[in-house]
Amino acid sequence: MNAMLAGFRGLAHYLNGVLGADAYEKYLEHHAASGHTDPPMTEREFWRDRNDRQDSNPQGRCC
Amino acid sequence: MSTMPDGKPRSAGLDDGPTPDPALPAPSVDEAVREAEERKWTPAKIALWVAISLLGAVAWFMVAIVRGETVNAIWFVFAAVCTYLIGYRFYSKFIERHLLRPNDRRATPAEYKADGKDYVRTDRNVLFGHHFAAIAGAGPLVGPIIAAQMGYLPGTIWIIIGVVLAGAVQDYLVMFFSMRRGGRSLGQMAREELGVIGGTAALVATLLIMVIIVAILALVVVNALAESPWGVFSVGMTIPIALFMGVYLRHLRPGKILEVSLIGFVLLLAAIIGGGAVAGTEWGAALFTLDKVTLAWALIVYGFIAAILPVWLLLAPRDYLSTFMKIGVIAMLALAVIVVRPEITVPAFSEFASRDNGPVFPGALFPFLFVTIACGALSGFHALISSGTTPKLIEKERQSRYIGYGGMLMESFVAIMALVAAISIDRGLYFAMNAPAALTGGTVETAAAWVNSLGLSGVNLSPGLLSETAANVGEESIISRTGGAPTLAVGLAHIMQQFIGGTAMMAFWYHFAIMFEALFILTAVDAGTRVARFMLQDSIGNLVPKFKEHSWRPGAWLCTAVMVGAWGAVLLMGVTDPLGGINTLFPLFGIANQLLAAIALAVCLAIVAKRGSFRYLWIAALPLAFAAVVTITASYQKIFSATPAVGYFANNAAFSKALAEGKTSFGTAKTVAAMEAVVRNTMIQGWLSVIFVVLSIIVIVTALAATVTSFRNAAKGIPNADHEDPARASRVFAPAGLIPTAAERELMAQWDKLPAGQRFETARRH
Repeated sequence: MNAMLAGFRGLAHYLNGVLGADAYEKYLEHHAASGHTDPPMTEREFWRDRNDRQDSNPQGRCC
Repeated sequence: MSTMPDGKPRSAGLDDGPTPDPALPAPSVDEAVREAEERKWTPAKIALWVAISLLGAVAWFMVAIVRGETVNAIWFVFAAVCTYLIGYRFYSKFIERHLLRPNDRRATPAEYKADGKDYVRTDRNVLFGHHFAAIAGAGPLVGPIIAAQMGYLPGTIWIIIGVVLAGAVQDYLVMFFSMRRGGRSLGQMAREELGVIGGTAALVATLLIMVIIVAILALVVVNALAESPWGVFSVGMTIPIALFMGVYLRHLRPGKILEVSLIGFVLLLAAIIGGGAVAGTEWGAALFTLDKVTLAWALIVYGFIAAILPVWLLLAPRDYLSTFMKIGVIAMLALAVIVVRPEITVPAFSEFASRDNGPVFPGALFPFLFVTIACGALSGFHALISSGTTPKLIEKERQSRYIGYGGMLMESFVAIMALVAAISIDRGLYFAMNAPAALTGGTVETAAAWVNSLGLSGVNLSPGLLSETAANVGEESIISRTGGAPTLAVGLAHIMQQFIGGTAMMAFWYHFAIMFEALFILTAVDAGTRVARFMLQDSIGNLVPKFKEHSWRPGAWLCTAVMVGAWGAVLLMGVTDPLGGINTLFPLFGIANQLLAAIALAVCLAIVAKRGSFRYLWIAALPLAFAAVVTITASYQKIFSATPAVGYFANNAAFSKALAEGKTSFGTAKTVAAMEAVVRNTMIQGWLSVIFVVLSIIVIVTALAATVTSFRNAAKGIPNADHEDPARASRVFAPAGLIPTAAERELMAQWDKLPAGQRFETARRH
């Protein structure tokens, strides 16, 4: 049962990575590691900022 | 930090890269240790590769040589997988070792430009999935099916051999060179390496090619959804579902992407099931039965609105759904082909393999088979994805082989499975579905009679089978459903029903397949329009600076309208074409895509020459030469062929002459208006072919010139200007491939022992 749970967790973690859902965690990690003194963006601010950047820098999707 | 003397030609000896931080464990496996590991052949390793080679050889023998009544689908899988494994282990390793020479002591852009947003070190397996989701779409599900007109073998060989020697090489080279340049785009690299003329030609060609590709993908969707109330309803429902997901992520639970994707996926399944019920009602059928022209206009209006709406509202959520569906599609194809293992009765070479007048697409096997199957074997569009996003996320240089080369092998595998699924259907059915209505006549009786008149061996199609199949998949008719998508959907439904649900479930599987193809294509249409609009804005911005401001609404809207207008015009041309849009336009799609590949490979060739790797120039030159010969020959025939079915201008002349003689019907065009449409369309298509090929030749010639210059400089001992970012010392380590080697595991253990504070410190503070 535990192994199954761990498997599911691993899958969810992987899917989150592929979908880019872990972007905020990575941002916080980077923020902490790079020695910024100002507080990081909140989760809501981060996703807004991310979408705004996608708006002005679109990425192609293949055929 | 960089100890690399500037201007030193990189070809001179093994460059060791920057000096690593002595306080940290090594950022790369010791060269001698890696070398020893790679060169050491243990008996187990030898046995494994002998087994893979033998299995591959047997599989190829079964697929290509044995001429039984049928061939089992599983042999296609073995032939493909064994060839991929050998290509990956030996050829891509050869390219890595001799041509690219990645250096893990160098930091990647994700490390030295780390900003927590665009440049983020990403786990290699996650990035593999991410990159695959970005490159794979409807292309590999469509081209191989259309090409099946020639029989299964030419397509199978081209997909498997083509990817190993051309497609995956292109993706790998472009990704590596872009990574060394901080994630620069193909256009920027072309400009740097080829100068103003080559760079501008590459930019204009890319823009035009994108228009064509978007238009023809849209045509595939229109053909799949026309006169299909079920399809229109369920695909239409993806719009409100995506809007809901967008609002949910923006206002309710930001960042909960997996959660909202699961909700969206369930809603999507509900829309597919609900579509059957809606299409069964009188109002549903009346409301959602749309003809091709109406659908095309709907798609054009939709394309414009979608491209000016903010990304969070429609594009991003649908992208999540689309990624989810990709996983579903692979699972379904694997189930269908590997678990069910259907028998294939299609001949290896069909009667049309040696002719140039096939009903699905015209032209001889060489070169047209090689342009019809672009995605899955060699797709230029990938060069746009492989430069840009992915290189900004790679953690270590050596991972580019796994992600770039390996990712493309995966797409090729999807193409093979799609081909097998589609050719598992009755051959008569295949031709009835994929020939234009002008030939099949549109009714079950005329279609069956026409297919039987082709004189194909073993084909005896009854009208009953056509109407029965249509009823099983919940459609009014399946005749002349060109574009490949419906054929794959029927093939998948046919296989899946043997596995789950029987004929009662066939309609669900069919519409599930249509749904994912439509979803992929709509995402590509959306994203393509946006990217093209930005390219146009930047180009106009060179003359009118105001256009460079991307937030300036009038400029954005005007450029979006221009781009949508351009692909919309081609789309309308396709749906109204009396010859059947796919038949005339699909070759243009393939030519466009592979000309882009030729452009990308030409840029790679120039870079390889600048790096001084003349001995291994052929690695880029070989696929470039092939792509150039295929596309230029195909373009030449499309422009100059005297056969009206093949040559655009020959067709134009034939119809112009008929009009001048006062005829009111000619060939497949039954009215004067239709004849005038043919004259107009062939003229536009012909000139598009001319422009594409001229631009591509300019790019190739400038690349060859750059290569010769590099060669001369090297002979004289003058260093070539290098556009790579300066080398910086890496302060992280990660394994190169899927499974870490013993040496990599040892090094990882050293890094794991490091205190957390020290481990993720970035080299650059700000």
